[in-house]
Amino acid sequence: MAEFSLPKNSKVGKGKKMAAADGATNVKTFSVYRWNPDDGENPRMDSFDVDMDNCGPMVLDALIKIKNEMDSTVTFRRSCREGVCGSCAMNIDGTNTLACTKAVEDVKGDVSITPLPHQEVIKDLVPDLSNFYAQYASIKPWMQAETPMPEKERLQSYEERAKLDGLYECILCACCSTSCPSYWWNSDKYLGPAVLLQSYRWLIDSRDENTGERLDNLEDPFRLYRCHTIMNCSNACPKGLNPAKAIAEIKKMMVDRQG
Amino acid sequence: MTDMNTPLSKVRGLGSAKSGTHHWFIHRITAVAQIPLVIFFVVSMARNMGGDHASWAAWLGQPLVAVLMALFIANSCYHMRLGLMTVVEDYVHEKGNRLLATLTLTFGTILLAAFGIFSILRISFGG
Repeated sequence: MAEFSLPKNSKVGKGKKMAAADGATNVKTFSVYRWNPDDGENPRMDSFDVDMDNCGPMVLDALIKIKNEMDSTVTFRRSCREGVCGSCAMNIDGTNTLACTKAVEDVKGDVSITPLPHQEVIKDLVPDLSNFYAQYASIKPWMQAETPMPEKERLQSYEERAKLDGLYECILCACCSTSCPSYWWNSDKYLGPAVLLQSYRWLIDSRDENTGERLDNLEDPFRLYRCHTIMNCSNACPKGLNPAKAIAEIKKMMVDRQG
Repeated sequence: MTDMNTPLSKVRGLGSAKSGTHHWFIHRITAVAQIPLVIFFVVSMARNMGGDHASWAAWLGQPLVAVLMALFIANSCYHMRLGLMTVVEDYVHEKGNRLLATLTLTFGTILLAAFGIFSILRISFGG
């Protein structure tokens, strides 16, 4: 059966509390998930009071300030700090999103920060996304064409190009997939919303010649049909994309090719 | 046994099952069929409310009513079996339990449909 409760060694305890610098008037409390694979302890929630008058506006700014000034062992991924790379995906205030594009002022009360749900944790806010990346590789996310390369580029009409809008913007941050209950229970076989949206991006690319083989690969009770239109994916996407719609379009293609 | 397979090898697994669309599509078709059948069922129940045994038997004795009722039972059971099978696939991961759940579900729904339709025919033919 699916596991609905945390095992004993994963129960989250209360951690330490770090106060803001003296004289700070505009203080916001950040409650951060901590787990270190090396110390044998259970995970805990550490609490940091951050002086927001000396901090950037986004949750990532606060995390960087915490790491620089309060506790250098706080571990998280980040890179572009502007919603393009997808590295700083985490669960903030109960929703999967990017720390760099989530404004602190949009969170009422304390800001709770935990890693993306239902992935193994490597350390603190860093989840193990090996399975997610392998699933992405499994759909062969590149153009497949047998027609020899034309002298210049492979042509596409404006209308054909427009079909990729709302799909090519995906940055593979995994916010959608890790918000999906179906992905929680069956991520070993279900590809999840992010990878299925990427699949659809290649399925409707007019220049790709392997549409049938791509659909064959998805024709499976688990790989595609674990989607039960729960719609958490579209709710979570920090780029405003709609993976649920992409999955519905794949299902329509599956029915279309039945004749 | 230590599992040394690469993540990609695990994801590819035994390959795609090359099925799933049929199950999904039939589930939708039976759902559409349920719309008129459920309306018929609810309206009929409401209209015959308070009637005695003879009036119910006379109602079920009409050929069209018997046919629609039999279709309602058959379609409901088929739709239920497809839907619950999805639930089993979602939550029951251990192979032995999965097989047991699949057998119980399949035999249970067929039994339910057979008893339902037999009862309708028996009353309908005045048994």
